[in-house]
Amino acid sequence: MDFITWATSPWGQSVPAHIAWGLMWVAVIAGFFFMVAHAIYVAVVTPRRVAEKISQAEAAAVPERVPRHSLAARLFHWIMAVSMFALLITAFLPKVGVEFNWVLYHWIAGLLLTVSVIFHIAHSSFFLDFWSIWPDRQDVRDSVNRVLRFFGKPAPPPKRFAKYPLENKLYHGVIMIAGLAVIVTGLFMMKRVPSILTPRNPYLFSDFTWGMIYVLHGLAGVSFIALIMVHVYMGIRPEKLPITKSMILGWMNRDFYLEEHDPQRWAVKPEKKRSYAGSDAD
Amino acid sequence: MAVIRDVMPAFELLQPGSAADAQRLLEQNGEAAWVMAGGMDSFDWLKDRIKKPRVLVDLSGVDELRGVRVTSDGVEIGAMTTLTEIANHAEIKKNYGVLAEAVSLVASPQIRNQGTLGGNVSQDVRCWYYRGGWPCYRAGGNICYADTPVGRNREHAIFGGDRCIAVHPSDSVPALIALDAKFVVQSAKGERVIDAEDFYIGPQDDITHINILKPGDLLTAIRIPATFAGARFYFEKVRDRNVWDFPLMNVASAMKLSGNNIDQIRIAVNAVSPRPMRLKNVEDAVRGKPATPETGEMAGKLAIEGAKPLQFNAYKIPLMRNLVKRSITGVREATWTS
Repeated sequence: MDFITWATSPWGQSVPAHIAWGLMWVAVIAGFFFMVAHAIYVAVVTPRRVAEKISQAEAAAVPERVPRHSLAARLFHWIMAVSMFALLITAFLPKVGVEFNWVLYHWIAGLLLTVSVIFHIAHSSFFLDFWSIWPDRQDVRDSVNRVLRFFGKPAPPPKRFAKYPLENKLYHGVIMIAGLAVIVTGLFMMKRVPSILTPRNPYLFSDFTWGMIYVLHGLAGVSFIALIMVHVYMGIRPEKLPITKSMILGWMNRDFYLEEHDPQRWAVKPEKKRSYAGSDAD
Repeated sequence: MAVIRDVMPAFELLQPGSAADAQRLLEQNGEAAWVMAGGMDSFDWLKDRIKKPRVLVDLSGVDELRGVRVTSDGVEIGAMTTLTEIANHAEIKKNYGVLAEAVSLVASPQIRNQGTLGGNVSQDVRCWYYRGGWPCYRAGGNICYADTPVGRNREHAIFGGDRCIAVHPSDSVPALIALDAKFVVQSAKGERVIDAEDFYIGPQDDITHINILKPGDLLTAIRIPATFAGARFYFEKVRDRNVWDFPLMNVASAMKLSGNNIDQIRIAVNAVSPRPMRLKNVEDAVRGKPATPETGEMAGKLAIEGAKPLQFNAYKIPLMRNLVKRSITGVREATWTS
């Protein structure tokens, strides 16, 4: 199977047109295999993650409800989720034979995603702990130790997680790259479709450059199929449900926090009665 | 790119003798099959080497798809019936004159002798760029060459453009829509009967297909109910030259009057949109009103609401307004206005 569908431009040049739509099924299969492999891994290995116990004094300082996501952060997440599902549905249902006026809904959902991501970048840069979602040295050390221990090699037990587990941070990194790719290419593609926002100018780039924009948009788009499958799968796994709930309620309970997270790496402020606003800045 | 070659690309030629065999062959070969009726559109695509089917199913030997049959509720026209036969058929001339007139204006006598009704309604859109083999949206690419600041779009759409602005060129379809015709489609799952206007797909829904026919589907007949038999009809085709040309626009109407009041009416236009347009809003507006120049004027103005001209086809707006006006009151009563 070719990964790219090529076309011949009016000047006789071979130019990329878009990705081969078969990649859509490759992404579905990849997402499915990841889920199966992960489920088997968790069922068979049940890795023990943590090292030392937390002192009673430290535990006593943790509130019953540990604030994790502010209202603004949760709203961003769910608005982005709605736009992402709308984008996937409008992009790929027509490819499997469900015909409807998809372009209009697709670019509207795309603009919603763009606005929400711009908000997220500003919000996380100036109002949250920007670096909490990026892997740090401890994450690298712990991941090496986890791999060594998996293969039966001697290594110290890994520490508890900071606010976000390494897997979460890596997933965020991948989805950030894919998201920025679809957004940037999608905004350029708005110059090709009729919309109320910008006059059409299909000659903004050369045919080859346009083709590469379409290919990049398509590659990022199909990667989202697998990424969203994995994300939803992780969100509904029993051991991850407290994290999912925290994206709805804004907090996680103390037991889960003490089991999974390191107060040294993610310090929780004493409980405030009124609200959890600003909790992401912890 | 489109290059007329000496010979067509090689394909496997299948010549079924019955509709059932034809449908089965189409089912077996799926997307690899190309259906050929009279060949008037097919040979252009094949000789230009733009369409390169692996299998060509030639329906010319399927006699059961030919002929006009008078039924208890109108007429049934086989998909392989030639346009000349329809234009000369006594029952059609007598009771469904709008169709007889429409098909008699298709192309040239030679083409009407060979071209079929099924082929005429199923022909692909007209666009220089698409038919020239350029990799436009409709051809599976990612651009419309006609809808650009320098695109040649004099013949293109003023309605319904959505990335693709090519127009549907059939002369017979507006007449069939006006007559409330039904298209009969056979597939492995059985027979489907579809209203004429619902047979077509706009680019917003599926940019690479013009009608609902899927691989394995065979258009076998077109049924015209007696609803508008003997009604007052109007058909007009405007083109650059008076023979052997596609319409710049055409209009068809079928009207039943009570006195001079419009009791029932159906109006359709073509070559204004990627799919033939039934003017339902106009029909609703004029129903119950007298068939006068004033009503025609109102109908014409209503018809062009929402039209979006391109760089070189703004003339289509007054053209459509006047054609719709004429379709209500006839040529003599309707004054042409620019």
